[in-house]
Amino acid sequence: MIAGIDRRQVASRIAEGIPEGSYVNLGIGAPTLVADYLPAGADIILHTENGLLGMGAAPSASRIDPDLINAGKQPVTALSGAAYFHHADSFAMMRGGHLDMCVLGAYEVSSRGDLANWSTGAPGAIPAVGGAMDLALGARDVVVMTDLLTKDGSPKLVAECTYPLTAMACVSRVFTGHAQFRITDGQFAVVEIYGEATFDWLAAVLGLDLVDATEEQLS
Amino acid sequence: MLDKTIASVAEAVEGIRDGDTVMISGFGRAGQPVELIDALIAQGASDLTIVNNNAGNGDVGLAALLAAGRVRHIICSFPRQHDSWVFDELFRAGRIELELVPQGTLAERIRAAGAGIGAFFSPTGVGTQLAQGREHREIAGRMHVIEYPIHADVALISALHGDRWGNLVYRETSRNFGPIMATAARVTVAQVDAVVPLGDIDPESVVTPGIYVDRVVAVGDRPWLQGGEFVGGVDVNGEVHDAEEVRS
Repeated sequence: MIAGIDRRQVASRIAEGIPEGSYVNLGIGAPTLVADYLPAGADIILHTENGLLGMGAAPSASRIDPDLINAGKQPVTALSGAAYFHHADSFAMMRGGHLDMCVLGAYEVSSRGDLANWSTGAPGAIPAVGGAMDLALGARDVVVMTDLLTKDGSPKLVAECTYPLTAMACVSRVFTGHAQFRITDGQFAVVEIYGEATFDWLAAVLGLDLVDATEEQLS
Repeated sequence: MLDKTIASVAEAVEGIRDGDTVMISGFGRAGQPVELIDALIAQGASDLTIVNNNAGNGDVGLAALLAAGRVRHIICSFPRQHDSWVFDELFRAGRIELELVPQGTLAERIRAAGAGIGAFFSPTGVGTQLAQGREHREIAGRMHVIEYPIHADVALISALHGDRWGNLVYRETSRNFGPIMATAARVTVAQVDAVVPLGDIDPESVVTPGIYVDRVVAVGDRPWLQGGEFVGGVDVNGEVHDAEEVRS
């Protein structure tokens, strides 16, 4: 496996592209790392599905407040200017197209932008969907943060998802440790390449026809 | 005189019958009305349908109600958690029915019930397993799936303060499903840390107007508050921490 960049570096790449004033939801898991790399002092307002806009960092032990948690049920803080609201309002913010962006993990993303991130469909697994479907179709810009390949080497960027879908044609960009992709006209376009990866290696390992968009990123 | 306050949690859950649909507020442990759930366990109603975002955490509250074998059917969005072992065991043994609903759809179906909406079309879930077999309609170029309201016999919710007219204010993200569940049930029971005199809650700040609330019962400060003020000292899992830094 060719070396890429680590998850924290991927999170940093995602964070640096978020415009000031954006309303952003970071999904449970790796996407929460993005919060650590938001530009200092920039007003980027984090939304959490359980009813908070203006979410801040984790509190110190003595300030842990069980009433103040994020979607992953971890303790958080509320920034000056934060707002609380009930669940129907929270999901109106998603479904109603008010959120500028969300960052989600994925099992698979298809070249059409279909997302599979809620169920492996494995027999005996307890199904749980949470807010994934509402978020994936509601946010205006759906960004996926994931690995290029699964642990056993299968591509996570695919022509057709094999896992149960979360939402259709919703993903606009995919950030992995090896490259950043944009989805346009049913194809993955390589926007930026990381680590020792090359365009030809990406195309070979994914087994997909990729568009080379690295030049436009530089211009 | 209109007085919705009830002296005890036992009286607050009177009248809940076998087979009822009971909404329970909370997102994980935040906003879960544990004292009312304990009273429901003691009251004995069984064969219940429960509506909650999750399916219980640890061994208290909703998890204890499940463990007591009182729940036949649960409607929720996210039953799979690291500490939802009670549900896991019941589900794998085939002793509970699960109806999985996307979280925003769950919230909106509850809201719709309270607002008298007969059904609505939502784009959430289109093209997924969770929308299979239901009526679809293309609206303004986008495919939608039909969703029906979720009504309940009883809602058990948790708020910070209430008054004798039933007006409620919540605290931080423990608000979550409380305000919408209050609207969707035939009888809404709110446990509050304290009942405050009528007029103490600023009308501009009322979150749940009293018209939606039937019973209010005071259960005392939650462990991380004293007289309504944050003192800390307890984490999400109920573990006790040194809170001196906060108190000083």
